[in-house]
Amino acid sequence: MVKRQHAVRRRQSLRGLAFASPYLVGFAIFIAWPVAASAWYSLTDFNLFQPPHFVGLGNYRHMLHDKVFWKSLTNTVYLTVVGVPLGLALSLIGALILNHPVRGQPLYRALVYLPTIVPVVVSGYLWRWLMNPQYGYIDELLRLLHLPQPLWLDDPAWGKPAVLLVTLWTVGGMTVIFLAALRNVPKELYEAAAMDGAGPIARFWHVTWPMISPVTLFQVIVSTIAYLQVFTQPYLLAQTRLNTSSAGPENSMLSYSMYLFQNAFVYLKMGYASAMAWVLFLVTMAVTVSILLNAKRWVHDGSR
Amino acid sequence: MRPVRRPDVQRRRSKGSAVDWLRVGGHWSVWRLAVLLLVLLFSFPFLVMLTSAFKNAADIFHAPPQLLPRSWTLHNFREAFRQIPFWRYLGNTLLICGLNVLGTLLSCPLVAYALSKIRWRGQMPMLMIVLGTMMLPPQVTLIPIYLLWNHAGATDSYLPLIVPAFLGTPFLIFMLRQFLMSVPDELIEAARIDGSSELRTYWSIVLPLARPALATAAVFQFVWTWTDFLNPLIYLNDTSKYTLSIGFYNFFSENGVEWGPLMAACVLFTLPALIVFLLGQRYFVEGIATSGLK
Repeated sequence: MVKRQHAVRRRQSLRGLAFASPYLVGFAIFIAWPVAASAWYSLTDFNLFQPPHFVGLGNYRHMLHDKVFWKSLTNTVYLTVVGVPLGLALSLIGALILNHPVRGQPLYRALVYLPTIVPVVVSGYLWRWLMNPQYGYIDELLRLLHLPQPLWLDDPAWGKPAVLLVTLWTVGGMTVIFLAALRNVPKELYEAAAMDGAGPIARFWHVTWPMISPVTLFQVIVSTIAYLQVFTQPYLLAQTRLNTSSAGPENSMLSYSMYLFQNAFVYLKMGYASAMAWVLFLVTMAVTVSILLNAKRWVHDGSR
Repeated sequence: MRPVRRPDVQRRRSKGSAVDWLRVGGHWSVWRLAVLLLVLLFSFPFLVMLTSAFKNAADIFHAPPQLLPRSWTLHNFREAFRQIPFWRYLGNTLLICGLNVLGTLLSCPLVAYALSKIRWRGQMPMLMIVLGTMMLPPQVTLIPIYLLWNHAGATDSYLPLIVPAFLGTPFLIFMLRQFLMSVPDELIEAARIDGSSELRTYWSIVLPLARPALATAAVFQFVWTWTDFLNPLIYLNDTSKYTLSIGFYNFFSENGVEWGPLMAACVLFTLPALIVFLLGQRYFVEGIATSGLK
């Protein structure tokens, strides 16, 4: 009897392994090995053509004195700190508006979501055109509103806001998630709050906000990680004539991942780039964990 | 039946204009105004793209900019087709997209099945591995994977852009797993008792049930591959192998930007993704919503 149970268990394990085998192979080749290799490369001087040469923590020490590294890091922190709250607010407001029953709602939902499926190459060019100081529509709109018209991509102070504008355009993905969360809030809670005389703003803060807070937490984490890794938008906005290392005036649009890419594939400093990847990994982990630890204060726990 | 329906149709027709839509019971509706503003904000860039594609050079370089062209022209589309080997790049991109979707549909539900409907000891550790991978920044693995392909002599081929999909994508595995969890066990148990093999149960019972989730995964994979920029940028050198995104990027960065043909090319490039999106919209938006909540 016991023997047979063992046999059954082993058969189940084999079945499980067989079904999971594609990802087991994928994980081994594309995750486990690369992670180990990258950790090793980060400790070496490596240019692709000669074998890696061990330099200990040299790459990490070099970062401390690398001004461009710090520039790229502060740029990325700027984008994250401004972009995450803005994206969150914009997507939540959008979701609240779209949640109101209006005929044709699926169409409006789709239109708001649409920018996220546009190839980034396209949106990069499109926004460069929209932000053209002479012929662009944005400055024209600002002119009509009697507001100052920035030079956008040609002005070191406006490069990062331009990047934010392009990334915020694709906030529709978050809006759709918020919409689903809003639908899940039990109607009874609103009715009870209305009976207690709560106005729309009070209902939002005392019912909606706590009820959707777990989803908000998810969005904060996902968008923070996305901003910390941002690459394509600033890369395309900053590029000029196949110059792979251009990053806007005074490197104002150089994101961390762009600098990592430059080191790896333009300067062929694979060791240094690997070390940068590990720093990014550790920073991402630290930020995620601290968000999670802080979450207890504002995320509503359904079981309480 | 007919006489009942007719007044309905008529009422819709008479209230169809845009201004009426904004008024409810004789008052301006704040919500509808907000919806209109929101939708305009997000679709305005598309509008500019679309109308600019039909403008001649004089209209494009007109200050102040005007939304509608004074005279409509197809010149930009002809130029875009002439200057970029559009059909070749489209063929390349569709080939890569098709193989990626195929790979995803073959691999991800298999793994998701092992993570939801087979009781085995490795299930939890395996799930942790999948979730852990989702959190790893791609930058960490980027360089070693490049070196791996370089070592295998496969850079400048499509292998680096295709093979990973056949080995499963963590995000899609997780999404499909969450979906399969909701499939009742009884159906699968019944098939097992009837003596159906595991693979057969999976193929003839589980996969048909999972069709909506599979469609979502397919659309996701298609759009990701269609819009992918970094991987083709790293791996492809031979211009005849270029995908649309990279061919597009390369052409315009080399020759300086001609905005008219560029906007026309943008339209051509966005269109297929748009069609796939509209076809799969229902699954797609729902897929995102559920993956976000779980």
